[in-house]
Amino acid sequence: MGDLFVLVISCIFINNILLAQYLGNCPFLGTSKKMETAVGMAMAVIFVLVLAGAITWIVNQYMLKALNVEYLQTLSFILVIAALVQFVEMFLKKSIPALYAGLGIFLPLITTNCAVLGVCLINIKEEYTFIESLVTSFAYAAGFGLALILFAGVRERILLARVPKPLQDVSIGLITAGIIAMTFMSFKGMV
Amino acid sequence: MAQSLAKEFTKGLWAEIPPFRLVLGLCPTLAVTKSVENGIGMGIATTFVLVFSNLLISLLRNIIPSKVRIACYIVIVATFVTITELLMQAYTYELFLKLGIFIPLIVVNCIVLGRAEAFANKNGPLPSIADGLGIGIGYTCSLAALGAVRELLGNGTLTIWGGTPAFQMGSDFMPFKFLLEAPGAFMGLGLMLCLMNLIGKK
Repeated sequence: MGDLFVLVISCIFINNILLAQYLGNCPFLGTSKKMETAVGMAMAVIFVLVLAGAITWIVNQYMLKALNVEYLQTLSFILVIAALVQFVEMFLKKSIPALYAGLGIFLPLITTNCAVLGVCLINIKEEYTFIESLVTSFAYAAGFGLALILFAGVRERILLARVPKPLQDVSIGLITAGIIAMTFMSFKGMV
Repeated sequence: MAQSLAKEFTKGLWAEIPPFRLVLGLCPTLAVTKSVENGIGMGIATTFVLVFSNLLISLLRNIIPSKVRIACYIVIVATFVTITELLMQAYTYELFLKLGIFIPLIVVNCIVLGRAEAFANKNGPLPSIADGLGIGIGYTCSLAALGAVRELLGNGTLTIWGGTPAFQMGSDFMPFKFLLEAPGAFMGLGLMLCLMNLIGKK
């Protein structure tokens, strides 16, 4: 239990997926201009990543390893994620329309979010057990959400500031992200 | 014909150079540019995938139903990424270890899918190859440039290929280690983007 807690803390803060592992930066910059979209994206990622983490672990353990074709990891994982996203989209549309309205447009974007595939690959590489994979998937996704929402909050303010023209938009966004990454660096050595 | 091919090729080198003009594919840009060598390696791997997936998608563009096109593109791209992964494991093992997880992640590099969707599915095989090659080489140059800045200031060396530094700063140079860490990557890219904006859009 204690080990899992340490794992959660390190995945959320120390090895934050966005700011320390450099994964998922396209949606990080793309959906952080408004708080609403940032929250929607964060929720959608948490939802899909936990499911994807569990399913890819099972696929790897009982299909790829059993058949000795582990080199097909990339191909099979991305297919699992794409299918999963499609399925989740259809399921939500039918049964929970309110949630679908909230997450709707972000779901298709998740297929090409490298944080999702990245975490699935990290879980396999680190040889986590099923429970550990589930926990890390959730913790990485939560870290993604935390960083994204923090960043969106800062970025909303920057929109009101008078930024020099060449620095506008993505450029100042990246520099802000750098400053937030610096604050996350201070968690290093905590665990 | 030759002229339009040249145009498709050269637009990737400046007018639409990723990740500056085309803000896509940021994750590998930030992650692997600790040295010039890693940047070039990643750039070449991406170019390889980009050219071949562009070619195949453009050849199949009339066969793939438009409803399931994204899934088809991903399968095609993933195939070439797997080929690249196995080739790198066999021939450039050290680089393979250094780039690690970012090689399989070329699958979800938005540049590759972006070109498939924006170019290869509307154009013939030859222009698609030119487009892929141009964008790929542009991307390699960007990665190498960012890698050069970060490695030179962060570590005091320049490693073009093969692991041994081609250039080393004098012994009184204090390396700016911050640039090798994550915040340095974000800020370095942000400042380079600012510089590109200053030079001006063509």
